[in-house]
Amino acid sequence: MKAKKLITLLLCSVMIVFAAYPDGRELIKKMDKIMASDTQKMTSKMIISTNRTSRTIETRSYTKGEDYSFTEYLAPAREEGIKMLKIGDDLWTYDPDADRTISISGHMLRQSINGSDLSYEDMMSDETINEDYTAKTVGEEVVFERSCWLIELTALRADIAYPTRKLWIDKERYLPLRGEYYAKSGKLLKRMEIRQVMQTGGRWFPKEMHYQDVLNKKSQGTSFIIESVEFDVDIPTYMFTKAALKK
Amino acid sequence: MFKFLVKGLLRDPSRSRFPVIIVAIGIFLVVFLQAFMMGMIKDVINVTAKMDSGHFKVMTRAYEELSSVVSNDLAIMDVDVMLDDLRDEYPDIIWTPRIRFGGLIDIPDENGETRVQAPISGLGIDLLTPGSIELDNFNFADTSVLEGRMPQKPNEILLSAQFAEQAGVKIGDQATLVGATMYGSMTIHNFTVCGLVEFGISAMDKGSMIVDIEGVRQALDMDDCAGEILGYYKDMNYGDHRDEAEDMRDDFNAKYSDENDEFSPIMLNFMDQNGMRSLMVTMDSAIYGMLFLFMLVMFIVLWNAGLLNGIRRYSEVGLRLAIGEEKKHLIRSMLLESLVVGFMGSLIGTLLGLGAAWYFQVYGIDASYAFDSSSIMFANVFRAKITGQTLYIGFIPGLLATFLGTWMASRGIKKRQTAQLFKELEV
Repeated sequence: MKAKKLITLLLCSVMIVFAAYPDGRELIKKMDKIMASDTQKMTSKMIISTNRTSRTIETRSYTKGEDYSFTEYLAPAREEGIKMLKIGDDLWTYDPDADRTISISGHMLRQSINGSDLSYEDMMSDETINEDYTAKTVGEEVVFERSCWLIELTALRADIAYPTRKLWIDKERYLPLRGEYYAKSGKLLKRMEIRQVMQTGGRWFPKEMHYQDVLNKKSQGTSFIIESVEFDVDIPTYMFTKAALKK
Repeated sequence: MFKFLVKGLLRDPSRSRFPVIIVAIGIFLVVFLQAFMMGMIKDVINVTAKMDSGHFKVMTRAYEELSSVVSNDLAIMDVDVMLDDLRDEYPDIIWTPRIRFGGLIDIPDENGETRVQAPISGLGIDLLTPGSIELDNFNFADTSVLEGRMPQKPNEILLSAQFAEQAGVKIGDQATLVGATMYGSMTIHNFTVCGLVEFGISAMDKGSMIVDIEGVRQALDMDDCAGEILGYYKDMNYGDHRDEAEDMRDDFNAKYSDENDEFSPIMLNFMDQNGMRSLMVTMDSAIYGMLFLFMLVMFIVLWNAGLLNGIRRYSEVGLRLAIGEEKKHLIRSMLLESLVVGFMGSLIGTLLGLGAAWYFQVYGIDASYAFDSSSIMFANVFRAKITGQTLYIGFIPGLLATFLGTWMASRGIKKRQTAQLFKELEV
């Protein structure tokens, strides 16, 4: 009889603890609200560090919702003028020197962007977390001296690049301060951290993000620094067409 | 006595015909197979050295560690300085830089949109320097270029004819390489197809593009860089320099290679690459194993022939013993006779074997069907190779087997009792 009471008590305690955690999907929605906007114009720097070199790539990008994105490379000289267009699940890149527009698809999506720790697939998948994963809050931890909810994401389909992910979401600012990307086997593949944040356009927003491909021993990580960001700006529809790539 | 024995063998062919035929057949097979295996070994060495490993290869230690994949981000930098150093320090070797790369080849239609896109493996080699060793390595002057011409500019490429046919690419078409630069950025670089090639090596004929190294450097942002520097003996004969090559590799690595610096250079010789050392040991063992096997078979057959001969010549041997010839002398004369038979058989077998080997050295056997889906660097036509060893290798088993066979058979002579000879001979 005593044992039965003890088990009931334990179960109740566990339920109370879980009930105390907010719903994972709600947290993801709040995070999306902070990170996304109808339209966005951003200037950024990507610093790619390997055992041998360090390179900085500057880009300007325009996004509209989850489906449209246009990026133009500003520096270094060799990359200047290269453009990239994303419409839904399709991705194209244009090289002004070769005057060719190439569709990036299939295995090319898994390749690294400019030798960084990010792949084209990573870039495409970050915007659809709510559609691709179930989210469950499993705990709370402190990251960079900020109290965070720990959320576990489980892929809804087999074709998702990372079957499970973990996110540490700031309890106050709803920014994902840390992310971990896992393979089906449970092996850690990539890690992301927001190392610096800024207040802009009336919201908290990442200033500096650091990505690390854990499997790439040659890499020392990629820093993504946002120089400026504007929300809900007017972007001509023409910008998100293939014709704009050659302009 | 020798003259007497030869005359005896010639006048009584029934004594020598069978053993000579047996020896000749055996030696024919030994000589032909030795030449064929030597041809295959030579092809393996030549094709692998020319297309892939060189007699020496210099890379960074990190590149070498990941040599199964193309890692141009780990390539050698300041290649011109390193080439000058290598040429000063090892003047007997011809040094040449190479860049291997992979990517997609994209053929546009008239509107610039993708018409065909396929994965391709590429090779950047020195095509534009007059007298470059690479022109010989890839046999461009002779048979490799099937259609079109050799590149005359860095942005002109040779495509494998098989790939071009499948993709519907013609001479003069634009071909865009979509790949990664040395620093990992995506590169989209236009080339013009100026020639179609066939190397007779399935692994390369399936989907290769050959371009001058300067063209690759421009495409992959690899100015003054190269994935590897290859070195070749001027006589192109690695086999004659095996020991020297080991010393040279050790000397270079002791001077320049640093275990703690993954970007320091490391030199490998031909035997250090692609499992060549164990392959060569296996090939050598196969040749000697084959010789031993033939010797064993011939030894047993000739022993048996000797026994049969002994029975057939039972009366002759008995008579010779009866009239006072010593057993030792008799055995010695039969052994000498066997050497003459062995020599004759070996000579005939060697001549026949050399003839067959010469035919296959000139014409070869086309085995391309066997390598259709293979990625091994192997010539599609197997050829024999007559070497100095081919000329004498047949005489070793030929003489030894007849000698040993006769010696075993002649042991019966020792057992014969002189006292019973007249009874046995029914005199």
